Amino acid sequence: MKSSPTRSKLVDDMAINLKVNGRSHTLDLDPATPLLYALSEDLQLNGPKFGCGLGQCGACTVIVKGQAVRSCVTTLKSVEGSEVTTLEGIGTPEKPHPIQQAFIEERAAQCGFCLNGVIMTAKAFLDKNPKASEAEIQQAMSGVLCRCFTNVRMLRAMQKYGKAVAR
Amino acid sequence: MNATRRSFLKTSGALIVGFGSGGLIVTRAQGPLQGSPAMNQLDSWIAIATDGSITAFSGKEELGQGISTAQQQLVAEELSVPFNRVKLIYCDTAITPDQAHTSGSQSHPTNFNQGNLAQAGATARDALFRMASQKLGVPVDQLTASDGVISSGSKRVTYGQLIEGKKFNLALDSKAKRKSPSQWTVLGKPIARPDMAELVTGKFEFVHNVRLQGMLHGRVVRPPSVGATVASVDESSVEGMPGLVKVVVKKNFVGVVAEKPWQAMQAAAKLKITWNPGPALPDQATFYESLRKQPARDTRMVDSGDVEAKLAAGNVLKATYLHPYQMHGSMGSSCAVADVNGERATIYSATQAVWYQKNTSAMILGLKPENIRVIFRRGSGCYGCNGADTVTYDAAVLSQAVGKPVRVQLSRKDEMAFENYGNAFVIDQRASLDSNGNITAWDHESWSPGLGGRPGTNTPGNIITGSLLGFQPAAFAPRSPAPAPGAFNNNSNGVPSYLAQGTGIVPSGRVITHAVESRFWTGPLRSPARLQNTFAHESFMDELAAKAKADPIEFRLRHLRDARLKEVLSAAAKTANWDPRPSPKLGNRKTGVATGRGAASVLYEGDNGYTALVAEIEVNQDTGKIVVKRLVASSDVGPISNPDGLRNQVEGGALQGLSRALGEEVTWDTEKITSVDWRTYHSLPLGFEVPKIDAVLINRTEGEVMGAGETSITLVAAAIGNAIFDATGARIRQVPFTAERVKAALAARV
Repeated sequence: MKSSPTRSKLVDDMAINLKVNGRSHTLDLDPATPLLYALSEDLQLNGPKFGCGLGQCGACTVIVKGQAVRSCVTTLKSVEGSEVTTLEGIGTPEKPHPIQQAFIEERAAQCGFCLNGVIMTAKAFLDKNPKASEAEIQQAMSGVLCRCFTNVRMLRAMQKYGKAVAR
Repeated sequence: MNATRRSFLKTSGALIVGFGSGGLIVTRAQGPLQGSPAMNQLDSWIAIATDGSITAFSGKEELGQGISTAQQQLVAEELSVPFNRVKLIYCDTAITPDQAHTSGSQSHPTNFNQGNLAQAGATARDALFRMASQKLGVPVDQLTASDGVISSGSKRVTYGQLIEGKKFNLALDSKAKRKSPSQWTVLGKPIARPDMAELVTGKFEFVHNVRLQGMLHGRVVRPPSVGATVASVDESSVEGMPGLVKVVVKKNFVGVVAEKPWQAMQAAAKLKITWNPGPALPDQATFYESLRKQPARDTRMVDSGDVEAKLAAGNVLKATYLHPYQMHGSMGSSCAVADVNGERATIYSATQAVWYQKNTSAMILGLKPENIRVIFRRGSGCYGCNGADTVTYDAAVLSQAVGKPVRVQLSRKDEMAFENYGNAFVIDQRASLDSNGNITAWDHESWSPGLGGRPGTNTPGNIITGSLLGFQPAAFAPRSPAPAPGAFNNNSNGVPSYLAQGTGIVPSGRVITHAVESRFWTGPLRSPARLQNTFAHESFMDELAAKAKADPIEFRLRHLRDARLKEVLSAAAKTANWDPRPSPKLGNRKTGVATGRGAASVLYEGDNGYTALVAEIEVNQDTGKIVVKRLVASSDVGPISNPDGLRNQVEGGALQGLSRALGEEVTWDTEKITSVDWRTYHSLPLGFEVPKIDAVLINRTEGEVMGAGETSITLVAAAIGNAIFDATGARIRQVPFTAERVKAALAARV
């Protein structure tokens, strides 16, 4: 695991060690800072997004220990030492993860702002419940928003991914 | 990147690719900025590099609606090259043609018929053929173009060889002939959006992800109640907070700038401000009735002069429909990045109108418009005038105050409490039937409150930040009675489809609207006024059909004249396997779950998209819960540029309309908005019992292209309300159809 300190400043007692997408980072931040700000500002990741800051919409979702976590209401301290995976960490445009590929194939987007929350929440759920029924997938996605309402295509992409995992 | 179009074009390919992949590196503007290029010059729209790559420039932007894909297809089609050969750059005030707004379902009609981008494509094609004819010594009519090469037998020349790195130096040619839809090989095909791979992997750069060197983070502090003003700000309350750079107070605008967003948020929360409260808000419980009593600006859209006499002679039906303020409610709160550097500014904004934003930002900043460059970056889906413009002013003001680039993203509450809501409406309908059950007259009267709107070219006070800075919103000028109607125009769908002045046959009609003042900001929300008016018209048409004991679709068809509107309605009915009979459905029990179906149709804006919808629903009569099982949405918008893009718009519009019909409503107490997050403003989530959607697309191989972004959404509330009536015999006339309102309507059944 490569180490990439993002600040040259001497590490003091405020320093937080964060593992994101397989890399370790030492950040000089207040441990009470929500994880989202460290990811988007300090690590300059575009995947996790600020949608509401209240854990209500899903835009900021990351995966920690296999669970979908709302990074806007999760402190840095609570994930210190845990591996955090963001949308960037599961695939790239050149080599997308199968769930990302399913969304590409189903053309499941309008503005695309919600995709981070949709894909990360669905991945965490379907990796554990690949045989989930349509109704169970809908239930799992009941705390995630897409205000362009691309529901039909997104749910189709999720079912496609679920089937691939189950195989 | 340098600011001018010329240097931008000179550097050609690599930079353009960098633009598309979001890796744009920005330095501060140097040297004079150039204004938008001339609309009538081909070089303003299309550039061909020596390697044959084509760059198109457009003033219509990608908001998520798929228009950039279609525009790329259009240029590829006219120039006979593969889709991927064309790069599209849109909405940058320094380099793209000024096409005002991207709004109102106007991008397709504007750029895909005879003018603008379409005309540029045809002009370029003609010019290339003429150049090839000269170079190859072959008459134009013996040449063919394919894959960027013009040839005749063994003689061939590439576009790059013809252009040789030069410009066209031609005016747009109104006689240049476009390819007919029957010849299309790129346009008209379901080509996939090119942004998907970057979107699903987090590589895509939204305006939220623009990062400039030395960029700071701002946070605004909005008034705690509607109309509150600043009495005093105690800057010492945040003194010494980590990362705090500056507290900025300008009239009633308050904001803080810090090194990091989290620091700015904490400072904004701690800043001690004393506010003078605004006047009390109207009681929401009696709000709709109060609208009727306010001073109003009256307009008569149509008036045959004989409506009262016809009503008196017929069998009259009356009903009142209520529609609330609703939100754009963007998924991501609005964000902008501004770099105000002395007399110059570069602004990254998700505004729908970069040119108007340039002018009004200049007013806000006290700078010359020509010294400001506004560059569009996609935001979270906006559906109209969301917070994108106001947050752009926020960022600009804060950047000017600190002399450094500043990024501002609104809080969820600030987004929802101060955006420009879709207008509330009270609509009274009256109509009369003759003894054969045919409509003899229709009278429509509406009251709708408004305040502000899009800033346009010179009214920054139309949105919250401009207002806080001391700019006035567009003036309200009461006018009563309304003057005689002008030339017929059904842009707001205020006139029911069935009147002879529009698409129908009923000779007698009157439509009077009363615009009144609003305490809340209002502005265009997807299908503005068209959706509210159509909810009232298409629900009332169903009430009339029931009174005439006629099948709702047959009843509509017999009162329509426009063949395409009839066709689109019949197509939806056919796909839905519509069973012709009057509503309500006979034999349904009055308890438990009942099923029903309802229909609605309209010619959007009176001339911009034919659409019809059939909804199949279940009503739980014990709980009042509505479950929509199936939506069949038909669409005729002329020649289809991209059937998959159109389908995506139809599907998304239908479900957004469903969410608005069933749950969305702005709420307030005596002093402030109380629907300020996703617990208090009720949007349907991604995971609900999603109905099956059939999009029925009627394609045309000739005629004008129309808009498609706001068609299906316009009909959803009416179709569902009609289906509730069909299932239960209860008529619901107030949006949203919450369980409580459905139960109340059920209890009121006779």
